[in-house]
Parts: sequence; C-alpha cells; structure tokens
Amino acid sequence: MLHLFCPYCQEHREEDEFHYRGQAHIVRPKDPDALSDKEWGDYLFFRKNPKGIHHEMWYHVSGCRRFFNVTRNTVTYDIYETYKIGEMPAVTDKEETE
Amino acid sequence: MSQKNRLAQGGRIDRNKALNFSFAGQHYKGYEGDTLASALLANGVDVVGRSFKYSRARGITGHGSEEPNGVVQLGTGDTTVPNVRATQQELYSGLVSNPVAGWPNVNFDLMSYLGKAGALMPPGFYYKTFMYPQKLWMTYEHFIRKAAGLGKAPTAPDPDTYDKFNQHCDVMVVGGGPAGLSAAYAAAKTGARVIIADEQSEMGGHLLTFDQPINGGSASLWLAEIVAELEAMENVKVLPKTTVMGYFDHNFLVAIERRTDHLGERAVSGTRQRSHRIRAKQVILAAGAQERPLVFANNDVPGVMLASSVATYIKRYAVVPGHDLIVSTANDSGYLAAIEWSKAGRHVVGIADSRTHSDGALVAEAKALGINVWFGHAVTEAKGGHRVYSASVAPINEQGDKVTGDVKQYDCDTVATSGGWSPVVHLSCHTGSRPTWSEEVIGFVPGKALQAQHCVGSILGDHQLVDCIDHGFDVGAKAASAAGFGQGEVLANKPSVERIAEGKAQALFLVPHKKPVSRAPKQFVDLQNDVTAAGIELATREGFESIEHVKRYTAMGFGTDQGKLGNVNGMAIAARSLSKSIEETGTTIFRPSYTPSTFGALAGRDAESLFDPERYTAMHQWHVENGALFEDVGQWKRPWYYPKPGETMQESLNRECLATRNSVGILDASTLGKIDIQGKDAREFLNRVYTNAWSKLAVGKCRYGLMLKEDGMIMDDGVTSCLADDHFILTTTTGGAANVLEWLELWHQTEWPELDVFMTSVTDHWSTMTISGPNARKVLAKVCDDIDLDKDAFKFMDWREGTIAGVKGRVFRISFTGELSYEINVPANDGLFVWEAVMAAGKEFDITPYGTETMHVLRAEKGFIIVGQDTDGSVTPYDMDMGWCVGKNKEFSFIGKRSFDRPDTKKAARKQYVGLKTKNPDEVLPEGAQAVWDPEQAIPMTMVGHVTSSYYSAVVGRSIALAVIKEGQSHKGDTVYFPLADGRVIEAEICDYVFYDPKGERQNV
Repeated sequence: MLHLFCPYCQEHREEDEFHYRGQAHIVRPKDPDALSDKEWGDYLFFRKNPKGIHHEMWYHVSGCRRFFNVTRNTVTYDIYETYKIGEMPAVTDKEETE
Repeated sequence: MSQKNRLAQGGRIDRNKALNFSFAGQHYKGYEGDTLASALLANGVDVVGRSFKYSRARGITGHGSEEPNGVVQLGTGDTTVPNVRATQQELYSGLVSNPVAGWPNVNFDLMSYLGKAGALMPPGFYYKTFMYPQKLWMTYEHFIRKAAGLGKAPTAPDPDTYDKFNQHCDVMVVGGGPAGLSAAYAAAKTGARVIIADEQSEMGGHLLTFDQPINGGSASLWLAEIVAELEAMENVKVLPKTTVMGYFDHNFLVAIERRTDHLGERAVSGTRQRSHRIRAKQVILAAGAQERPLVFANNDVPGVMLASSVATYIKRYAVVPGHDLIVSTANDSGYLAAIEWSKAGRHVVGIADSRTHSDGALVAEAKALGINVWFGHAVTEAKGGHRVYSASVAPINEQGDKVTGDVKQYDCDTVATSGGWSPVVHLSCHTGSRPTWSEEVIGFVPGKALQAQHCVGSILGDHQLVDCIDHGFDVGAKAASAAGFGQGEVLANKPSVERIAEGKAQALFLVPHKKPVSRAPKQFVDLQNDVTAAGIELATREGFESIEHVKRYTAMGFGTDQGKLGNVNGMAIAARSLSKSIEETGTTIFRPSYTPSTFGALAGRDAESLFDPERYTAMHQWHVENGALFEDVGQWKRPWYYPKPGETMQESLNRECLATRNSVGILDASTLGKIDIQGKDAREFLNRVYTNAWSKLAVGKCRYGLMLKEDGMIMDDGVTSCLADDHFILTTTTGGAANVLEWLELWHQTEWPELDVFMTSVTDHWSTMTISGPNARKVLAKVCDDIDLDKDAFKFMDWREGTIAGVKGRVFRISFTGELSYEINVPANDGLFVWEAVMAAGKEFDITPYGTETMHVLRAEKGFIIVGQDTDGSVTPYDMDMGWCVGKNKEFSFIGKRSFDRPDTKKAARKQYVGLKTKNPDEVLPEGAQAVWDPEQAIPMTMVGHVTSSYYSAVVGRSIALAVIKEGQSHKGDTVYFPLADGRVIEAEICDYVFYDPKGERQNV
C-alpha cells in the first residue's frame, strides 16, 4: 500500500484516503471545436503507459478533497515527489521531452 | 495411551500441566508448552496424513512453518480452521484435530492403490488425462478433491471477533532469534520506536534448540533477560505468536497475531486474531533460515525428518521421536541431532556424512560420544511404509553424484537429514527483489534491497551465533540511525560468544542411488505436492527450461507450504538436468502470504453489518414500522415497496402506482445527491459542465440538466435550482453523488481554478419527500400556509421557500412521475416530524407511501430515463432522444460537446431509445434481453439492442418496456424479437417511449 505525501495537508497519508485519477498534465484544448477528429481523439483517449517515471494525478478524497500530482516509478512504485496542481515536476525522464 | 517418547526431564514444557487432545478420533495426552506435532510424536503417532497425489503415508518432518505433511483440520463446527500446521499449533486442553488428507482414513487409504499402480501419475497427469472431454472436468475435479482432501472451511459464521491495528514504528524487526533480538535491542536503545515480531510461541529462534553459551552462561538466561528488557521498554512492542505474512510497498507490513489460538478453539474473551498493519521507517529482516532435507529414495516415509527438527523436539519438547537414528548430512549442523539423541539415552546407529572430512566442533563431540561417523557416505534409500524400518547407506563420490561401493542396510526407525540451510527470503521477495544464489552459503540470499530494508543473521547465511549477535547489534543501531535516532553507534555492551569450529559444508541436494533417477524408488522433492526428482527430470526432458515453467508443470511449491523445504532442491535438480548452474536456472519467487492467513484476521471488524457503511434516511424507522422492504442503492437503504398482508409484490406495486396516479403518493427521496454550489462564477461553471444553458435561469426556477463525459456520453442527470444569482443547488442520482462531486472538483481544480465557485455535499443535510398525484396540492396546502400554491403563482419547475408543518424548508415543483408533484426539503433533523405531518394531512386522500420500484414504474410510464439503467456510458443525449436538453448556442464548448462531431457519435446506425410493447400484454420482458430482427437466423445471431427497463404497468394495463435498438426511432411499429436463454422467444412492437399522458398535461394542472 502506497504512502503518499499530500502537498496541501503537508502529511504522509495511507493510500486508502486517495483516489487515483490517471495521467497528469493533460490540458483541455482551449477551443475544442477547432480541433481535427484525430487531435480530439488523442486528447480524449490516448494516455501514456511508461515503464518507469510517470506523472499522475491523485485526489485526496478522504482528506482535503484537493487534486495533486505525483511523480511515481511504475516499476518500483517509488514516489519521487508530489506537487500541487499548476506546478511542474522536478523529476522527469530524459526521454520524456518530446 | 502413554507418552512413550517423552523424556523424564528437560524441555520447555510444564509436566504439571497435562493436556488432553485428540487426533483422528484417538485421545492422547501432552503438556503445556507442546505443539500438536511434539505431542503427537511424544505419543508415537507416525502417520499424520496421506500425500496429495500418490496417497502415501506421511509423518511429521519439520518443527515449524516449513512442515509439509503435518497439516490438520483444527477443531469442528463454526470455529474450525483448515490447513493448520501441527508444528505451529500450540497444544491446549481439549484440542480436536483431524488429518486433512486421507480418505477413508490415514492408515487405510483407497487411493494408495492408485499410487501403487506405478507410473500412473507423471507430472502434468491431470492436464493430460482430464482435459477431455471438457464437460467431465467438474466430475473429475470433485473426485480428485475429495480424494486429496484440502481441509474444509467452516460452513457457519465465525463466532469469534478479530481486529486490526494500524501501527507506526521507526524500526520493524522480523524474527526474534538472536540476530533479531540483538537488532531490536540496539535500535531500541537509541530511543527509536521498535516492533519485533516472531511467529513462534516465544522469542528465541534457534536458541530454543541450541543452547550455546552466551557471556559464559546459558543462552536461555541471556534470552530471558533480553526479552524481559525489551518488553519493559516503552518504545518497544514485542509480538510473539505473530507471523509477518507480507511485506508491501513503502515499508508496509502485515503481521497476524494469534492471540488466543493457544488457549482453545474459541476466544474466551477478546479477539482471536489481530492483524497489525505496520508502516515502518526501516525494516530489519532477521527471519533466519530453514533446514533443507536431502533428497533420497523413499525419503517421505514417516520417520524421515529434518535433523534440526529432531534436535528441537528433544531439546525444546523433551520428545525423542524414535529409538534408532541414522543421520545423513552434508554439513556439521546435522550432527546436533545425533548428539542430542545420544544424550537422551537412545541409540544412534551412525552418521553418514557425504563429505570426506570435517574438523568441526560438533563432529568432534559426536565422535567423543562414541557415535559411528561414516565420511563419504549418505543414506540412499529408506525402507518402510507407515514407519522407517531400515536405511540403505552407501559410499558416494566427492561430487556427490555416484554411488561408488556396496550398499549396506542398517535397521533404524528414524532418519534425520541435513542438506544445508535455506535463508528465509520470502519477505524480501514480496517487495519484488529477486533472490540471488550464493555458492558460499549454498542457498538463495535476499536480492538487492528495494526499500528501506536491512538483513541480518542466517537470512544472509551467517549461521555462527557470534556473527548473528554481533551484526545484529550493528544493524539495529544502523537502522535506527537511518530512521533518525542515534549516530549508528551501538549504545549497549555486546555479549561475548565463542566462535565454533565448523567444517565446510557440501552442496548436496539429490543423493545418488544405485539406479538412475527414473528407475529408483521415488525421491521426493516437494512432499506436499508429491513432486519427485524423476518428475522434474521428466519436465525438463519434455522441454520445460524455465524454472517458472517447471514449477507450474510439476506443481512444485504450489502447496500451502509454498515449497519451503523442497524448492531449492527442485531447482538444483532441474539445473543439473538442464546442464546449467543453479545461478543460471534461478529461482521462482514467493508471494504473500508467508503462511496461510485466516479470513477473520484479514477482515478484522469489517464483517457483516460493519463491512460497508449502511446509510439511513431520517424517516428510516417509519419505513421499517410500516412494513417496507428495502433495496440497496449504493450504501443507502431505500424503501423498495410497502407490501400489505397477503399481497404479492406485483399487487403492492399496482396499488402504489394507481394510488399515485389517482390520488396521491409519497416517496422518501432523501438519498438523491445534493450539491450546494456557490460563487460568482457558479452559473458559468454550470454552463461548462452541463449540456444545457444556465445563463438565464432566474432565482426561484429549476431546470433539468444532463452531464456528459468528455466523450459525449451521458454520465449523470438531475434538477438544479437557482437559489440566488450566485447560489445553486444541484441534485444527482443517488448512486452518482460522490462521483459527480469528484468530477466537478476535478474540472474546477485542474482546468478552471480561476472560476470563483465552491461546492459542498449537502445530501445528508436535507430530508426530501416527494408528494405526487392529483391531490398533491390539497395535501401540501394543509401543512403549508405561507406559499401561494396557485397553479399560476407556483408553476411547474419553480421552487419556493416556506414553512411546512412549522418547519422552514424548500418546496420544488418538479416531477419524476408525470403527475402534479411537490418535492419538500426540510432539515434532516425535522424529516421524520414533517413526514408524519404530511402523512396525517394526506390521510383523507388515502396518501400512499411508495418505494423505488413504484418510482421506477411511474417514471417508465412517462419514458423518463434513469442514468445507469437506461444508459450505460455508451449513449449520447441524441441516442436518448434528448437533443432538446442540449444547448445549441452556448458560448463555451461544454464538456462532451466536441465529441458529438466524432464520426462514430454522429453516425446514423446507433442504438436509440424506444419503447416496447410485448405482443402478449401480460408478458414482461426480462431486463437485459437482447433484441434481434430475425429469430430464425443461425446462432450467433446479430443482436440489435437490448431491454433497459421493463415492468407491468397497472395504469396502462399491460407490460411496458424501454430499450435501446439500432436505429430504433425509425423502426416504430416494427416487430423485434427477444430469444431468451430458456428457449422462449418474446415478440414485441417498437413504439414511443412515453406510454402514459403523452402530452404531459397532468404535471401542469
């Protein structure tokens, strides 16, 4: 069971208190109607499934009810950092920058 | 029966406390301090079970969690526990136990004749034989399971209580042997919070068997002192009888403490077992090592035991499990069994040592006792059925793979073997770390630590007591320091222990036989699953090269013992057969749980009514008293319907429906989700998350809204009312309330944090009752005099603040029945009072309470959808013919809008919402029935849709159904067929989904 540090509560809490909300840093297009079907499809359906570093969103549902970001290793489950919505990760995979 | 194998003196048992117990219907006596296994051995019980596949007689082999044979059904009735290892079960007065394997009984077994039929059951036998015809597998399985016997689960609820503790500590020590105790002590001295757990009844580990002097005195003295000191420290928790069953992510461990299992079958008071959920900053694994047997012909006959177990039974339990002993060993530690046996006054025939020589201290001691030592020899075969009566001893070559001379027969009743020590790497495996082979240790040791984890003692292959204690102190201090306590220096005096001279151990696994492996009598590797050396060789010959595949094909390590004794031998045999090294072949890994765990301990208090919270409305007790039956909706208990004496369910529904249509009905709607939304941008926020427009909704007005996911599919619906220009109350489906709130928060927090909007769940704050029917206004008028109820003053889709039965509340004129309808909301504390007042007011109109089932029928008559019943996450508003609910000119591209333009979403051939009338008006379609155009077509038929809702409607006077049918809207009047699983085909006509009052006049009166 993961031990997550909520950047709002400033505490480590048990995984039971959180909901996983999938990949982080997906920005809703400003003008969806201007996108091609392919672009909209990419936004809607395509997600990363990396072996290693992953930035993901968690929701402190039984705590402060805030969403925040987590940088987690999907192989070892090591958590490198947690940070607030709107902030950028400090730990990134080198190959990640496209 | 007397305890013929019990010594007059010694052991950690209390001879003043005799205990009666039974095994397989026979009654015996043992002493407090015994395990069931030691007591059985004391009474000379040889056979404790039958083997899984060949049904051979089996006896006690080990003395701890590694035991593969002595697995019993403990107790009877509600409190029985299957698959308990007799070696770990402490004896109590009145203990009842039975073998789990063996049918009809352990001493006479029908199945053994199957085993005697020779090579009838090679590995993969079940796969190969019982695969075809597939239909018969259930029959085979039943027979095989009955014959093998795997223990029986209790059939009645467990009367005992169990609980869970959440624990936090700085240093968690697994294992209470000398290394673990030293580590815990050193860590505790720094002030760190320490937990130390050990699966045995008392701390001490190997010290309970091997009394090597510490500080010049007895080891048991040092043991008693250090345990007493640890127990006295406030920052230390000592947990004996506690198995750490799993080691999970982020240093989370689960340990199961058996609190009363040593006292009786039922907990007299308190909890029977407790699971400790431990989050540790640092973990020290001091789990020790388990002795590995040598594999030789007929090594499964009762009387063949681990050497360390023989020594343990003598030293700890004062039980000598036989009269004439032969030891077969590849190291010094095997000698201990012979030394203790001899000191107990019984006869040691000799020690066959596979090595050419050893200068170890134990070897010298054995020789000094006058015991025969045969270097370069091994036991190659045991003879016997229910007990060993002789052993074959032969000279073998230095490589240990060939018999080099004449085989001699020696009479004996016990063969003790030692092939070395396998570190207990299980917990380290749980973290995902693969163990690595060590030539020096002759065993797998924990792989690279993936978490804040340390290992110490014989888990690393350090078997010298001096190293265990010395390193224990060091690692304890180091771990504490890593957790923020101390500088890593040992703040205590290490005890002085002498190093014992030790001869080098030999890597011997399978003892050679005169005959090749395939011809020799069975040489067992995994005793619990009857896997033999020949079976493993056959698997490799059949092409299984990966050790993981060999494991699955032969079922090696699949038993409840997870192959604790056999796995390393099996890997060594597979490696040799593949002409590879053990390092190359590698190992399989272990998963939780280390030993079988009871469901009770895992569930704790979260059972029965505490398994999941149950939510009740403020009027719940009234519903109970008025005969309601309840339905679970999420965690809510909602009235389902209110049967009167003698009524069938359908009669109740007909009565409730007609009462509402003809006079007035009342529904407890408190469970609908209610979210209070405030802020100057609340209106804009609603515009973005709902399909329809909210810009012009005036204060005092309500509007129905549809919420979509970004893929354009319906997610939730409900009525939202404008309380003030910056204040709304939004309702959700009962089951969707929590998800909708999370969904709204997600968008607000991650995409539109600039919007000034706040959301609060107020579901529990309000009691909601819906009065519906032509007389609804008359009822409301009797309890409310400060709202103008005139139909033009308080219109459909308006809401008003007012006083109902003297209580301040809100009344919403909205309708889910199609009738004149008011939804009264009052603070929950006053809910029951107002409900009763409304019931009293409605008495003259025969006001009828109705439940969720009637609510479903009434809304279906009107064609109103229920999200999650008529929709399933794959339908758009247009599919549901609800385009009227989609705002066409909204400025912001609301959630899901763009997806309407996806080719798949806008194609014509989508399933569409329609009504169905069965040809036979009394026949009610089953919900979920699949629709086809042509029932005569070949199977698999082309399915064109399915029934989403289906009822008998009293007011329409026939069955009605709602469905989604491919292009259904353009097929009105067409016939569609529903072939059912029972062979019937129901014929129905596609029609409009509104069955009653199609113009919607009744709600506007």
